[in-house]
Amino acid sequence: MSPLTEQQAKEYWRRNVSLMVKLMVIWFIVSFGCGILLFDFLNQFQVGGYKLGFWFAQQGSIYVFVVLIFYYARKMAALDREFGVEED
Amino acid sequence: MDLQTLSYLVVGATFALYLGIAFWARAGSTKDFYVAGGGVHPVANGMATAADWMSAASFISMAGMISFMGYGGSVFLMGWTGGYVILAMLLAPYLRKYGKFTVPEFIGDRFYSKTARVVAVICLILCSVTYVIGQMKGVGVAFSRFLEVEYATGLLIGMVIVFFYAVLGGMKGITYTQIAQYCVLILAYTIPAIFISFQLTGNPIPQLGLGSTIAGTETYMLDRLDMVVTDLGFKQYTTDVRLSTLNMFAYTMSLMIGTAGLPHVIIRFFTVPKVKDARSSAGWALVFIAILYTTAPAVGAMARLNLMTTIEPSPGEYLVYDERPQWFKNWEKTGLLQYEDKNGNGLVEYSADPATNDMVKIDNDIMVLANPEIAQLPNWVIALVAAGGLAAALSTAAGLLLAISSAISHDLLKGMIAPQISEKQELMASRVAMALAIVGAGYLGLNPPGFAAGTVALAFGLAASSIFPALMMGIFSDRVNKEGAIAGMVCGIGVTLFYVFQHKGIMFIPGTEFLGSMEPNWFMGIEPNAFGVVGAIVNFAVALAVSRVTAAPPASVRELVDHIRIPVGSGDATGH
Repeated sequence: MSPLTEQQAKEYWRRNVSLMVKLMVIWFIVSFGCGILLFDFLNQFQVGGYKLGFWFAQQGSIYVFVVLIFYYARKMAALDREFGVEED
Repeated sequence: MDLQTLSYLVVGATFALYLGIAFWARAGSTKDFYVAGGGVHPVANGMATAADWMSAASFISMAGMISFMGYGGSVFLMGWTGGYVILAMLLAPYLRKYGKFTVPEFIGDRFYSKTARVVAVICLILCSVTYVIGQMKGVGVAFSRFLEVEYATGLLIGMVIVFFYAVLGGMKGITYTQIAQYCVLILAYTIPAIFISFQLTGNPIPQLGLGSTIAGTETYMLDRLDMVVTDLGFKQYTTDVRLSTLNMFAYTMSLMIGTAGLPHVIIRFFTVPKVKDARSSAGWALVFIAILYTTAPAVGAMARLNLMTTIEPSPGEYLVYDERPQWFKNWEKTGLLQYEDKNGNGLVEYSADPATNDMVKIDNDIMVLANPEIAQLPNWVIALVAAGGLAAALSTAAGLLLAISSAISHDLLKGMIAPQISEKQELMASRVAMALAIVGAGYLGLNPPGFAAGTVALAFGLAASSIFPALMMGIFSDRVNKEGAIAGMVCGIGVTLFYVFQHKGIMFIPGTEFLGSMEPNWFMGIEPNAFGVVGAIVNFAVALAVSRVTAAPPASVRELVDHIRIPVGSGDATGH
């Protein structure tokens, strides 16, 4: 049996999905957005020797991906504790 | 010490290490064999996943592809890393919670159907086998180029090594050897990159060197590279779009969801103790992968610049062929470099125009393989690159072989043909299946079918269009039923295979392509390798539509879905 009531389980899942959606939006913006769709626009800016669009496509998006996963893992660990569903 | 002896020593030492681990990490149960006992630390699993994931293609070919594609090569960088965000949030934690041994097993239970399980096994075998052929070739090639061992002998040595740790230790042996292999391959990749970045820009960190000025000048490295390549008629390095924006979009998305749907990657997340660990382990895996993936564009750009300036030291003044450096001669012997003096003036004239270009062939792979020689690095670095290439190929091959053999012994044998066998018998069966898979992969590596060249990219398209959507819908919907899932997988993988075959030939046999491989015939200008995302959309659409008009899944499926969405609770229920 689940340790949560049906109501709680729904709420837990809703908050998980809402966090996920927010982070997936960022995931989309840094890769498909900055790295591909806005590539030409961003290239008018320069970071050191990198054009900004090029930097996002070959460096920046990857760094953001790493941060996103750890942020998600941390937030979810907190959510698990809040609902008392963390594993011991 | 000469290079040959040194290479033997370094490669020999790494192999001895892998064998040592094989004896130490023997599997005592099916749980050991399939999921390494389920007790792997998330950081350790992250490292093993990184080695599992980074194949001979990542290590040897990727920097070279970026080198010649420039900005267009970004599809590999973003596509092969962005998939981990999907894995960490949308798949790995729930599949870990489900807590069984294989991917088809989840699909079979969630869609309450043996047919669904069999379809999943077929999709798994299709994508894993196409992938493993590339790795076996990588092993043979690395041996023959660095150790001057015959291709076939090299392949056999590789098979014997994998045989030891994969048959004895299963996932347990594979996990710990993969950790060792990660260390070898990442050192082998980053050390030459640091040397080269420092030589060229004065900054030892390649990720920063790529954005720095060339040592002793005020010119940015990338600006210089753009200038040099456009002078010779090539497209500007930093803005060279791969075919079209839509194609780049589709290619990147296909690689991302293909990554998330590859069974040999997913099963690595079954080895960690908790759901929480599955989430963070994906983060660690990406950290370890990102070290190589953010270095690769620097290696690609710097190697391209080094190559260009060797051939054309100053504008309009070309290298004299008879004065070419030693590495040039070495790689000509292997056929990776080919020179043809078109106008007979003895100069090495390199340009984008095929009529005057003398460099008729520069293989992608040379950018990593010859890089240390071009930059005149010490011999031990070159020896290390050999060991690194072998580590990358062996670690991925082992992971793939485990995914294949567990699908055979656990899903087909224990799950369907002979459910009554004991655990001990199943463990034996899984070892036999592994041994057979190794022999089969070795055979395909020795006699690569005609389609072997384009296969690694195909594996992603197949995983993206079959397994990924089925898993997503299995977790995020409790309405998708067995009819929908089966129809979705069959249509998704069917459309992808059909598109690839119609443009590249049936089983890639030249002459059998019925619509021609020409770009004008491509659907919305999307190249065949980037088509997985379209297959995935078909899969989702068909599955949702069919589910809508057929009966809803039974109540037990609802319970299963509720169960996997929460990290604790009725954990033992998975045993039934």
